[in-house]
Amino acid sequence: MKKFLPLVLLAVLAVLPLLGLSTYLLHILILTIMWSVIGMAWNLLGGYCGQVSFGHAAFFGIGAYTAGILYSKVGISAWWGIPLSILVVTIFALIIGFICLRLRGPFFALGTLAVGVILRVLAENLTGLTDGNLGIMIRERTWVGKTWYFYIILALATLAFILVKKVIESKLGYYFVAIREDQDAAESLGIDTTYYKTIALCLSAVMTGLAGAFYTSYMGYIDPKVVFALHDISIVAIMVVMVGGVATYWGPVLGSVIMVLLAEGIRSIPRLGAAHHTFFGILLIIIIIFMPNGLTGDISKIKRLFRIGKNV
Amino acid sequence: MSALLEIKGVSRFFGGLAALSDVTFNVERGDILGLIGPNGAGKTTLFNVVNGFYGPSQGEVFFNGKKISGLKPHQICALGIARTFQVVKPLQRMSVLDNVIASAYLRVKSKAQATKTAADILHFTDLYDDRDVPSKGLPLGKRKRLEIARALATRPEMILLDESFAGLNPTEQNECVDIIKRIKGNGITIMIIEHHMKVIMSLSDRIVVLNYGQKIAEGNPEEVRNNPLVIEAYLGDTQGA
Repeated sequence: MKKFLPLVLLAVLAVLPLLGLSTYLLHILILTIMWSVIGMAWNLLGGYCGQVSFGHAAFFGIGAYTAGILYSKVGISAWWGIPLSILVVTIFALIIGFICLRLRGPFFALGTLAVGVILRVLAENLTGLTDGNLGIMIRERTWVGKTWYFYIILALATLAFILVKKVIESKLGYYFVAIREDQDAAESLGIDTTYYKTIALCLSAVMTGLAGAFYTSYMGYIDPKVVFALHDISIVAIMVVMVGGVATYWGPVLGSVIMVLLAEGIRSIPRLGAAHHTFFGILLIIIIIFMPNGLTGDISKIKRLFRIGKNV
Repeated sequence: MSALLEIKGVSRFFGGLAALSDVTFNVERGDILGLIGPNGAGKTTLFNVVNGFYGPSQGEVFFNGKKISGLKPHQICALGIARTFQVVKPLQRMSVLDNVIASAYLRVKSKAQATKTAADILHFTDLYDDRDVPSKGLPLGKRKRLEIARALATRPEMILLDESFAGLNPTEQNECVDIIKRIKGNGITIMIIEHHMKVIMSLSDRIVVLNYGQKIAEGNPEEVRNNPLVIEAYLGDTQGA
């Protein structure tokens, strides 16, 4: 039964647009699935390999701008950004990895944080390439409705899910977890830690970049403050995984559902809405204290909590 | 044929402190070499130099006639030297079996082969019944054995054992001695750091004694036991007493 759960979920999602959902609901679904891709990507590097990145907006932004620049400078469809971003993001990930992966633990996190900010400032100032803060506007939308966008991101998410699962069940997965648990031990067991951390970073970056490239085509407008955002991209990527469950297959999926719904929910509250980051912050603190393994990881704890509630 | 491991004039400085100064000795193929000395004598530093965590400040290390000083730990491990840690470093949130599979992957490609190697080694080290336990849940004695199992899974020619007996009760110690004898029986060369004199004297073919980073004695257990320098290092200057 459990084996077929992913297929059932995929089938349900695939027929959803046929039910005539409102544009708004479809938009929420698309955002949720896009965030689950970013979450899966972050989880591969941060959850399994233990390299906590505070700069995944860098890869998201590079993916988004690859698509955007293809449209604005080269004059071809922004959809070409999806295949091309794989190449561009890999190159950037190799450069960033060369610098940041020499650092361990909190220093790696700070390094990636800096990379995200540097790329935002670059995108703001390289006006010849990126049009700076004006951003890039895709003037012709491919589709008026959202149905096809939904199927494209669903396909990307399915591929991402399969990729993560295959990688984690292989030799790479064992090596990633070994590096997370003890880098010195891993090194002395013959694992080239720098090499395998670079692989984890590249895979994670490419998946995030694909989501970014999709974002450009879907939203039709990008600017540096949006796609290289620390609080709206990098931190939310971490939160999606923390809320859902670190180093689990379903954690990022569950986390993205909760985070997107929560963000939409809080934003629609009058006056308090502008402060949704405050709520995210409080939520993160609560989760780190009470459910360090996230919803999927601490499911037994949650069940116990509810049982106690019933007895009283 | 030259010795399996040759340590030639190795020094290692930390700032002004010489943790090792001009240490030279060989480890012969198939032997058990015991490395002893008081606390802070530089035994673990020597392991770290051989294993590649530290480069030597001076001197060179050769393995199978090939210079290995300056290589990284994973390269040295791939050449056939595995090690255990004094402070055990199990991959905590992995099961015992997964711990060993992770290191078995060094020599094999497929998961089936890695699992088979790991299962064989867990049988060899008497850990097979605990294979599904997360390694942080193991008692110390088994964690020490897991260290050995993990090192063996890399199919080494030589294994460096860093205080595999420390903190074990007598039963666990005996199990460990058995395992070490069986490792030797499989033709694997062993260098072992140990404080437990009875164990090291009975196991070792040769013994090297370090004190303040210098080699003060080398020989078979009998010679070392009667060496006045060794007695002085361990018991203090007899004339002063």
